[in-house]
Amino acid sequence: MLEGPDIHRALTRIAHEILERTRGASDVVLLGIPTRGATLAHRLAERVAQFEGVKVPVGSIDITMYRDDLRLGPARPLGKTDVPAGGIDGKTVVLVDDVLFSGRTVRAALDALGDIGRPKAVQLATLVDRGHRELPIRADYVGKNLPTAKSEKVKVLLSEIDGRDAVELLKNEPEGAGK
Amino acid sequence: MKHLISAGDLSRDEALLILDTAEELARVSGRSIKKLPTLRGRTVVNLFFEDSTRTRISFEAAAKRLSADVINFSAKGSSVSKGESLKDTALTLEAMGADAVVIRHGASGAPHRLANWVRGSVLNAGDGTHEHPTQALLDAFSMRQRLGRLEGLKVAIVGDILHSRVARSNVLLLSTLGAEVTLVAPPTLLPVSVERWPCQVSYDLDAVLPKADVVMMLRVQLERMNAAYFPSAREYSRRYGLDRDRFAKLHDDAIVMHPGPMNRGMEISAEVADSPRSTIVEQVGNGVTVRMAALYLLIGGENQ
Amino acid sequence: MIVIRNARILGGEPRDILIANGLISEIGAGLGGDTVIEADGLIALPGLVDLHTHLREPGREDAETVETGTRAAAIGGFTAVHAMANTSPVADTAGVVEQVWRRGQEAGHCDVHPVGAVTSGLEGKHLAELGAMADSQARVRVFSDDGKCVSDAVLMRRALEYVKAFDGVVAQHAQEPRLTEGAQLNEGEVSGRLGLTGWPAVAEEAIIARDCLLAAHVGSRLHVCHVSTAGSVEIIRWAKSKGWNVTAEVTPHHLLLTDSCAEASPVGPYNPIYKVNPPLRTHDDVTALREALADGTIDCVATDHAPHPVEDKETEWAAAAMGMIGLETALSVVQEAMVETGLLDWAGVADRMSTRPARIGRLSGQGLPLEVGSPANITLYDPAVRTPVDPTAMVSRSRNTPYEGLTLPGRVVATFLRGRPTVLDGKLV
Repeated sequence: MLEGPDIHRALTRIAHEILERTRGASDVVLLGIPTRGATLAHRLAERVAQFEGVKVPVGSIDITMYRDDLRLGPARPLGKTDVPAGGIDGKTVVLVDDVLFSGRTVRAALDALGDIGRPKAVQLATLVDRGHRELPIRADYVGKNLPTAKSEKVKVLLSEIDGRDAVELLKNEPEGAGK
Repeated sequence: MKHLISAGDLSRDEALLILDTAEELARVSGRSIKKLPTLRGRTVVNLFFEDSTRTRISFEAAAKRLSADVINFSAKGSSVSKGESLKDTALTLEAMGADAVVIRHGASGAPHRLANWVRGSVLNAGDGTHEHPTQALLDAFSMRQRLGRLEGLKVAIVGDILHSRVARSNVLLLSTLGAEVTLVAPPTLLPVSVERWPCQVSYDLDAVLPKADVVMMLRVQLERMNAAYFPSAREYSRRYGLDRDRFAKLHDDAIVMHPGPMNRGMEISAEVADSPRSTIVEQVGNGVTVRMAALYLLIGGENQ
Repeated sequence: MIVIRNARILGGEPRDILIANGLISEIGAGLGGDTVIEADGLIALPGLVDLHTHLREPGREDAETVETGTRAAAIGGFTAVHAMANTSPVADTAGVVEQVWRRGQEAGHCDVHPVGAVTSGLEGKHLAELGAMADSQARVRVFSDDGKCVSDAVLMRRALEYVKAFDGVVAQHAQEPRLTEGAQLNEGEVSGRLGLTGWPAVAEEAIIARDCLLAAHVGSRLHVCHVSTAGSVEIIRWAKSKGWNVTAEVTPHHLLLTDSCAEASPVGPYNPIYKVNPPLRTHDDVTALREALADGTIDCVATDHAPHPVEDKETEWAAAAMGMIGLETALSVVQEAMVETGLLDWAGVADRMSTRPARIGRLSGQGLPLEVGSPANITLYDPAVRTPVDPTAMVSRSRNTPYEGLTLPGRVVATFLRGRPTVLDGKLV
C-alpha cells in the first residue's frame, strides 16, 4: 500500500505539521509506542532537528501493563519504557504509533502517561489510520488514511527492524488478529 | 508457565523473560505512581504456613503494585493451626476464587501438592528444604544488574547447603543461565549425591574465593550445631565465615550476597555485610520487581 | 466334592484336582465331581501365605478390619496372613492376639495368625509376655515390633534367646532410629534434589548385621522384615553362608518401584502414595533384591499390606502416613518383577509365596505341596491377562495402592481354603 518513499514523505509532512502546530516544538516530547511507534518517534525527532535545529526529547512508553485485552491471550513480554530525563510534566507529549485502529492502544497509552506525570497536552501521530475506531479517539497527525475491512491486517515494516520500509495489507486474517 | 514451583522447571528463555520483565518493571518502582492496573480484579492469596515477614511483604507489595486484591492467609491463629489439612485449606481458597496462591510451607513438596487441588497458579515462596525459586530469580537479577551478565559468572554459594532451599533453586537457575556455581560447605552440610548436581563442590572457602565473581553466604542456624553438623559457632565462623581477611581475597569487582536474615558475626561479618560490594539491601528491592514479573507472567494473561 | 479341571499345577501340564473333605483327594485326568470348576489356562499354586499384613484391628477400623483385610487377602490368592502387632491396643498380650485370631476365624476368608509384639506397647523397653502369646489359642510363633525397630541390642538378644523355648522367631524391622530421625525418602540423588530428609541404607544394614551376629551368638532364629537394600542382601547372604539361621522377606513394592517415583510418577511429584517404611530405594537395589529372591538369599515375598485412609495420604509428603496396600496386587507384581523377567518359574513363586513363609511362621496346614492328602489350599491364577490397576475396584477398606496408572499382568481367579472356595471368578464367595 505504501512504499519507502511514501513513508519518507509522510513522516516529513508530519514533522512539519508538528513544528507548525506546536510553534517550533520547543516543549514537545515525542513518545513512541513500542515497537514500531518508538522507531517512528526517533525518525520524527531526526526530521524536526534537521528542519529547525530543535533537539526534541524522544523516548518510548510501553502500554502492555495497561491493555484491556490482556486476558484474551497469554501474558505478553513487555516493551521498553524510556521517558526522557526531563520528564513530561508541563510538556506537550506527542504519542507516536504505527497504526491507529480501535483506539484501545492509545487509551492504554493515555492511562500510562497519567501514571508518569501531568503533560500540558497530549497529541497523537500515526503513520496509518485504518479506521474502525471503538473509542472516541482521533489522531492529530496522520501519515495516510487507509480504508480497510475489519478482517484485514495492516502491517508496517521499518528498515531499522524489518530491513525495509513498507506498509502491507494482509487479507482474510482471522477476526481480531488485526491491529 | 502455569505455576512457579521449581527453578528447575524454567527453561532458559522463560527465566530470561522473567528477568527482562522485571527489568522493565524496575523502572516503575522509580516513579511517583508505582501502581500498575494490570491485575485489577485478580485475587492473590498469600498462604503462609511459616513465619516469613520479609517474603510475605515482598509478595504483597508485588501483587498490590499490580492492583491485584491480596488476601493474607497466615497459618497462625487460623483454622490451619486447629488441624485443618492443606487440602481443606486449598479447597477454601478455591471457593474464594484465588487466581494465584503464593505458598510458604515447612514441608518440601507442599506447593506441588497444592497445585493438584487448586485451579489457580501456584507460586512457591519456599517449601521445606526444597526450593525458593523467586529468591533465586531475584539473586540472578541482582547479579546481572551489578555485573552485567550471568553467562560464565563464577558464583560461590557458601553454608548450609543440605537444608537450604535457596541453594537448590540457585543451583538449578544459575546453571540454566550459564553461570558456574561452586557449593562450599563442611561435608556434613552437603547432601549425599551432591556431586550429581550441575555444579562444583568444595570444602575449602579460601581456595574458592579468589576466583569468585559472586559470593553468596547462606544463613547457618545455630540449632544445627546441636545435631553435630559442626562443633561450634566459632569453628564454623573460622572455616566458613566471610570476614574482613577473606573479603580481601576477592577480586575488586566481586560482590557479596545474602538472602537474609543474616547472622552477623557467624557466616558474615558486619563489616562485609555493610560494604558497598554487598547487594544485601538491593536484593530486597529487587525481590518486589522480580515477584511482580512472576505474578504478571503467570496470571496477567488469559486463564489457563 | 469339587473338581478343578485342567489346572496347570505350578505351571505344569493340565491336570484335574479333586477336592473332598477339605483335602486334595485325587489328581489326574477326566475326574468327576459335584461341582466342576473349569481352569483351562489357569495355574494352580498352593494358597499364598503372607508373613507381614497390617489388618489395623483393633484401633484403626477406619483403615482396615480383620473382615475387610482378609477379604483383600482372599482376592489376592492368600489362604493365610500374619497380622502385625502394631494395633491399638498393641498385640502384646494373650488377650489381644486371641481376639484378632478369633475375628479371623469368624471372618473365614483366610487363616489369621497374629504376630505378637516383642516389647510391651512396642516401646522397646520391656519384653512382652511372649510365652503367654505362644501358649494362647492363637499359638503365636512370629514376634515383631514392626513399625519400630528393637534397637536395644540387649533387648534384641534376650528376645532372640527367649523365643527358642517355643520355636518362635523374632521378625526384626531393621531401622536404626538415630540415623532415621525425620527421615522421609531413601537418602540419595532423589532425596537430595527433592529436599526430603534422607533415609540412609546403612540404617537398615547396620541393624541387620548386628542382628545376624546376635542370632549366631545365641543360636537363634532371626527373620528380617522387608529387606530393601543391596547392602542388606549382601549381609544376609554372608550370614546364610555361615550356616546361621537367618531368613528374610521382600515386599512386592520393593521389587518393582524406586525412589524416583517420588519425583516423577503418573500421580505427580511428592505424592505420598509412594511413602513407605522402609522407603523405596534405587534401581540397583531393586535389581539386587530380585536376584536375591531368585537365588533364595531372600526366602519369601511378604506384602507389608499397610492400609491408610485417604486423609492420611492426601497431604504433603512429610505429614503423610507411611505404607501401601499390597495383598490384592502381590501376585501380579511378583509375576511382573520375577516371572516375566525369567528370574522365577511358577514353582519358584509357590516356594517364595507359600512354602517358605509357612515354614518360617511354623504353620502346619499351609504352604504344603499340591499333592494328594494335602489340605486343599489352592490359588488359581490366570497369568495371561493384563489389566490397569483400579484402586476403586479393590476390596480393602483403603485405597493407598502405589500401582495406580500401571497395567499389571495376571489375575487371581479362585482361592480355596481347605477345600472351600473363598473366591470364585475373581469375586468373593
